[in-house]
Amino acid sequence: MTVWSHILAVVTDDDRVFKALADHTRRFLLDRLFARDGRTLTELESELEMTRFGVMKHLRVLEDAGLVVTRRSGREKLHFLNPVPIRLIHDRWIDKYTERRISALADLKTKLEKTA
Amino acid sequence: MTTMTEARVTTQVYRAFIKATPQAIWDAITNPDWTAKYGYGGRGEFDLRPGGAYRAKAPDAMRAMGAPEVMVDGEIMEADPPRKLVQTWRPLWDPGLVAEGHKRLTWEITDAGEGVTALTVIHELEGAPKTAAMVAGTTDAAGGGGGWSWVLSDMKTLLETGKSMAA
Repeated sequence: MTVWSHILAVVTDDDRVFKALADHTRRFLLDRLFARDGRTLTELESELEMTRFGVMKHLRVLEDAGLVVTRRSGREKLHFLNPVPIRLIHDRWIDKYTERRISALADLKTKLEKTA
Repeated sequence: MTTMTEARVTTQVYRAFIKATPQAIWDAITNPDWTAKYGYGGRGEFDLRPGGAYRAKAPDAMRAMGAPEVMVDGEIMEADPPRKLVQTWRPLWDPGLVAEGHKRLTWEITDAGEGVTALTVIHELEGAPKTAAMVAGTTDAAGGGGGWSWVLSDMKTLLETGKSMAA
């Protein structure tokens, strides 16, 4: 599997994002990047009771899901939180269901006002 | 060391994978007829040469709500169609944002194989906490305060389906 077909799989499959989020260590890493973005592996590792290799593996999963983007700054590799996949899931999955609930409430309001 | 840490905190990076050609994405960023169709829906005018002007005009609906004619201004630093655009970017609708000044914004367009293109937006926001909060989408979400992730997500939807939230 090439790097690019790997990335293509991300594009066509929300599964990677859901799988990446279904782990508390990875959610913790995203929360750390949300608090302060652009961190090195060493910085992220210092906040976890885990081997460097373990943290690398989790970051790899997040990167494959598009949730983390890495960029070079001099000799350092910095990790950035990319919220776009979460936004897409929000637009695709969350809005759809909350909208229905809101419209149900709106219907209820209309009915109650009619009877009043 | 402090400066380094500072830079890490303040730069924001966004990436979307879009089923479209690099040229289509380039047009969506730089052609006013396209910029009017997604995100905040303003017409973005780019004079695509180093030193050229950038202006994003407020759409009519925003003008009606009291927005200034030009919502964002800036300068082109580098234009390499359809691969890379470096510009400065300053929002103009709030004195606090204006005071933070022009910040560097980079658009990178790279092939991701099989008709998919990666669009990466890098916004360097050192010394601009208000602008940073605004583009991160941390202000009122109901008012369309979704920032760059919302804009990119909407651009992706437009290019892939022909529809957008703004339209």
